[in-house]
Amino acid sequence: MVAASLSTPAAAAGAGPGSWLAALLANATGVASAGADALAPSRARAAQILAQTPLPSRRVEAWRFTDLVPLTALSPTLLSPAPAEQPQTAAGSLRLSLDGHSDALAGINLPVGLEPISGDELNATLGKVLAATGSAELWPVLLNGATAQQVLALRVRGTVATTLELVSDAGAGEGILPLRLLLVLEPGASLEVLQVHRSSGANLTSVVLEARLGEGAELRHGLLAPGAETGCLLATVAVEQATGSRYSGVSAHGGWALGRLEPRLLQREGAAHSALKALQLADGRQISDTHSQMVFAGPDGRLEQLHKAVADGQGRSVFNGAVQVPRAAQRTDAAQLSRNLLLSDRARIDTKPELEIVADDVRCAHGATVSRLEQDELFYLQSRGIAADQAARLLLRGFCEEVLQELPEAARPWQALASLLGEQGR
Amino acid sequence: MIRPDAPVLLEIRDLTARVEDQPILKGVSLTIRAGEIHAVMGRNGSGKSTLSKVLAGHPAYTVTGGTVLYKGEDLLSLEPELRARAGLFLGFQYPVEIPGVSNLEFLRVATNARRAGKGQEELDTFAFEDLVRERLQVVQMDPAFLERSVNEGFSGGEKKRNEILQMALLDPLVAVLDETDSGLDIDALRIVAGGVNHLAGPDNATLLITHYQRLLDVITPDYVHVMAAGRILRTGGKELALELEERGYDWVDAELAATERTPAEVG
Ligand SMILES: Nc1ncnc2c1ncn2[C@@H]1O[C@H](COP(=O)(O)OP(=O)(O)OP(=O)(O)O)[C@@H](O)[C@H]1O
Ligand SMILES: [Mg+2]
Repeated sequence: MVAASLSTPAAAAGAGPGSWLAALLANATGVASAGADALAPSRARAAQILAQTPLPSRRVEAWRFTDLVPLTALSPTLLSPAPAEQPQTAAGSLRLSLDGHSDALAGINLPVGLEPISGDELNATLGKVLAATGSAELWPVLLNGATAQQVLALRVRGTVATTLELVSDAGAGEGILPLRLLLVLEPGASLEVLQVHRSSGANLTSVVLEARLGEGAELRHGLLAPGAETGCLLATVAVEQATGSRYSGVSAHGGWALGRLEPRLLQREGAAHSALKALQLADGRQISDTHSQMVFAGPDGRLEQLHKAVADGQGRSVFNGAVQVPRAAQRTDAAQLSRNLLLSDRARIDTKPELEIVADDVRCAHGATVSRLEQDELFYLQSRGIAADQAARLLLRGFCEEVLQELPEAARPWQALASLLGEQGR
Repeated sequence: MIRPDAPVLLEIRDLTARVEDQPILKGVSLTIRAGEIHAVMGRNGSGKSTLSKVLAGHPAYTVTGGTVLYKGEDLLSLEPELRARAGLFLGFQYPVEIPGVSNLEFLRVATNARRAGKGQEELDTFAFEDLVRERLQVVQMDPAFLERSVNEGFSGGEKKRNEILQMALLDPLVAVLDETDSGLDIDALRIVAGGVNHLAGPDNATLLITHYQRLLDVITPDYVHVMAAGRILRTGGKELALELEERGYDWVDAELAATERTPAEVG
């Protein structure tokens, strides 16, 4: 009864977030083609909850620094971006284009080890990792759930030699591009995935990835999101890990009016390995935000996390790194480091570790630094004939490369750094 | 090699400089002609590195008086990068680590900046790789160091070799080498000194800052200067270094006290 659930916000509609959301939900329901739409039931559920959930205000701790109200200035319609120009695909990778409407697998020969998940199985699986990682009720996830028309769902068996590239470009159009992804890695499976999300207009790219890693499985995951001054990005990555599995997430986002990334990891029984490396940039009046959460639900888990941020202009960078080590998680070894580069007096950096440690036999290290470009490093470069501005660029690049070089090889053609710094023509 | 008619490359006159509010250089004068090798010695903290950094244009130091002419032109009004492009080279006592910046790229950008300063065209990546591989042999350095970040995790001696590699690529007119010999094992010292000798010619000049005679055994200086309390207290030939090795710096105190009295008596 989708229509019924929508009548509530529509009736209450005046100006403001409520009416924007109502209009969006109406549009999201309207496009659904009956029958072939596997997401219809879950979309209706999410719409119902969302309609009753106020837009998180800055009084809510998780959104203290990041204002969502500008979203409601975007057109409350679903985008159908036209195919965009893309660099050549790197050797050894398979690129799937996501436009929110079409079946990304149509006409594609999947490499050995990958197969689509559909039907009852999809219904039974979708949303499970979100629930397990406590992500189902997050506003960006609800928004995605209430609007997504397509899901790309894949099962992974054995070692997949091909890197999977999942690519979207919201383009210059106005509206919202919801993308939904599901990966189920069977025990021992291994996969490399690169997400690339771009935009050049006043729109929102909303991405939710769920990944379930079976025992001993390995997922190497890259996410590259160079944005547009007017564009917004809300990306959630929910990962549930069985014992012996390895998840390694490398992300880089920046250039968005509002870009927020929420990696949410759960080691279901501990004894798994998680690594998060992230770079975010905020220039102009942009906001770059990462809220990560790592939960160790069992002993002997490991986390290595490095979060780097650069703030220039009047940009604002926000990092909140939650790590939960309950009593069951003895012998957890977690290290979190937040390194920040402040390039302007008017930029702002907020960084906060949020460790909840109950277990007593654990090693949890964390640290945060905020610094400017080092005068001695600049001088050293200048003393070799390199002009001050070029020296500053080299140092900035050096700062970023530590993370960017960890992106999958498939990221190379996308020129991560140049695109994040807005140095390349689009 | 001393040739009285050789062109003056660097002329420092009564140079004074401070860091924050503390005066450090208190009137340094020094003239360097093409073809010459000068050694500057002196106690820890006497101002040797400060002099080298002021010459290179480090922003932490403020020049409060005096002049420096480089090839007859005012050096102090130039930005550090322009000094380097014009051929002034500083080998750092403590080379700086720059994480994330590849040594190879750094060397290429620096080499091309200097080439632009000499009116030569830029080298592309391939031409540069050829050049750098050839110059690596001067310092007998493993090409693997090119792939690493600038000086990051290099041992003390490796950093110094990297400095000489830069010198070999940048083809300086005046090279100021600040304790390039310290922290080197015996073989490395020979290699570095060999590199300096190899690069020294009739048209350029070298200013060596050092504490040890062992470097001057391999690189013969034309002049030896003793720096104390921010000025050059005494200048002599290579035998002055030998004398220092024997006598140490105790005589400096007496001489300093004497020179400090002199201006009052004169003034
Ligand atoms: N950036 C700075 N800030 C504060 N003091 C400084 C700075 N640079 C130099 N000094 C001080 O100036 C004096 C001279 O230092 P300098 O490094 O020039 O000595 P040096 O002759 O090179 O000594 P060494 O033989 O130990 O290398 C020292 O007392 C030093 O502490
Ligand atoms: Mg010194």
